Amino acid sequence: MTSITSVRSHRARRRLNQALLYLVAVVVLAIIVIPLAYAVLGGFRTSSQLAADPVGLPDPWVFTNYTSQLTNPSFWGQVWRSFFIAAVTTLLVLPAASLASYVIARYRFRGKEAIYTLFTMGLLFPIAVAVLPLFITLRQADLLNNPLGVAFPQAAFSLPLAIVILRPFFQSIPRDLTDAAVLDGCGPLRTYWSIMLPLSRPALATIAILTVVTSWNAFILPLLVLTEPDQWTLPIGVNNVSAQFVTDYAVVLAYTTLAMIPALAFYFMAQRQIVNGLTAGAVK
Amino acid sequence: MDNSLKDTPQVEVARFSKRRSIRSDVTSWPVIIGFLFPALLLYALFVIYPVSQSIRYSFYDWNGLEPLTQWVGLENFANAFSDPLFLEAIKHNLIIIVLSLSLQIPFALAMALLLNRNFMGRGIFRVMFFAPYILSDVVTGVVWRQIYRPNGLLDQILASIGAGGLSHEWLANPEIALYSLFFVISWRFFGFHMVLMLAGLQLIPTDLEEAAAVDGATFWQSLRHITLPLLGPTIRVSVFLSIIGALQLFDLVWVTTKGGPVNSTATMATYLVDWGFRRSQFGYASAVSVIVFGLSLVVALLYQRFVLSRDLEGALTL
Repeated sequence: MTSITSVRSHRARRRLNQALLYLVAVVVLAIIVIPLAYAVLGGFRTSSQLAADPVGLPDPWVFTNYTSQLTNPSFWGQVWRSFFIAAVTTLLVLPAASLASYVIARYRFRGKEAIYTLFTMGLLFPIAVAVLPLFITLRQADLLNNPLGVAFPQAAFSLPLAIVILRPFFQSIPRDLTDAAVLDGCGPLRTYWSIMLPLSRPALATIAILTVVTSWNAFILPLLVLTEPDQWTLPIGVNNVSAQFVTDYAVVLAYTTLAMIPALAFYFMAQRQIVNGLTAGAVK
Repeated sequence: MDNSLKDTPQVEVARFSKRRSIRSDVTSWPVIIGFLFPALLLYALFVIYPVSQSIRYSFYDWNGLEPLTQWVGLENFANAFSDPLFLEAIKHNLIIIVLSLSLQIPFALAMALLLNRNFMGRGIFRVMFFAPYILSDVVTGVVWRQIYRPNGLLDQILASIGAGGLSHEWLANPEIALYSLFFVISWRFFGFHMVLMLAGLQLIPTDLEEAAAVDGATFWQSLRHITLPLLGPTIRVSVFLSIIGALQLFDLVWVTTKGGPVNSTATMATYLVDWGFRRSQFGYASAVSVIVFGLSLVVALLYQRFVLSRDLEGALTL
């Protein structure tokens, strides 16, 4: 008897525990989702609706905040430039990092560890802290108000992490494969291109994801380098709209929503790869 | 007779590998240099050159435009460490570090433990908790500024549940702005740490915890004696990333508060951008960035030496 009741109470307690844990998870989920939903729905209100009643569904739904941005060429210009800079940055990082990592992983030469350490030191220098001398360097090189003035430094600052990820990956590729290629008469470039690169697709995808996300979200460098409005990227546009329309809350929220849609869409499409990519970069 | 037979193949191997290594030594320098060249060029032009220049600028009084002539030695550094506002900024970075380690990381760990259990819909929770991490700091900052503004979403929610008395000027009151900001930082980053720890938890064999449960260990005992020790390496990486991130905190603060009101949320990085670009004191601001580099380097080396050395090798060894 007693054992049955104790089993029953044990089970009841477990069910209660489970319910409490669900409650906690749902509350946290609400804290994540509410700000995002607030931004999306807020864009469908007028600013006076927002001021009076920001909770609940818009009544009536207002579409002009969104449609006026979607028909605004300067918005699309910002989308295009953000995309362009992310693409150029990635196309610079992938070859530069993989060529260097290949040599560091597979060749023995004097100063190899020194070069590797030089690259890893870069992990400690984020753009925000180095932005001052970087700005002066870009001014000397006449790269201000030029998308390349953002892409080049971003690529350079992405190299350390890319090399730290790629080196062990290249090292783990069996030597027999490259030795066989060499015996078949492949030169270093051919071995790199036909053996190493195809076998390291997961690592290259990780680096591409890291680079694209970082570049798409970049703020301080484009803010200082791209000062002409016709050169702005999406984050600079958002920041500027929020400063310019201080009290027009609905316009700000609509613009912000439009800016976060590409990132969220990308995330929900390739969620597993993105999570793995971003966290692999950190643990390495 | 036997011996010589045994030896022959070894000699062959030795000769072959020797020949090969000589060959690669002769031909490999052009390959090594050629392959390293693009990365080194990019890195030298946009990382090493600017960073080393900032060390040079830090010894000058310079507005960023005129020739570098006003050598002032260590005066910029002395000024920085005697400016109460800079010391305040350092204090804010330290507060964020302490809060992150005492609240955000344990919270991320708790959520990881929660989602590591078998429970319906945990995939969705995992995806959503990580989502803020891929949003930009700008989007995060702008949305939260709207939520925090007087009579904004937060105040309205508080009023609607009858807790209107709890309303504050979340970002306008210097006493609490830093803590409001810390909440946003945690909102954006806890999911990242949670995913790291979930990955760490996956590596812990379940039979250990099952065996402990069979032996009558409670949840807390098993957490204390099995899960946490085995999760150690992951937690140490999380803590390290959190400290370095907090030391260099910039974008989110700049978008949300610009370091205000009255410098109550200024960090070292917002302080240096403010002095460099708003006041054109490039020499002084360079000194501040050298200080931030130095601090990050010291933290990284100490952490590497005393904490991480068990877990990682290779990266950042000097």
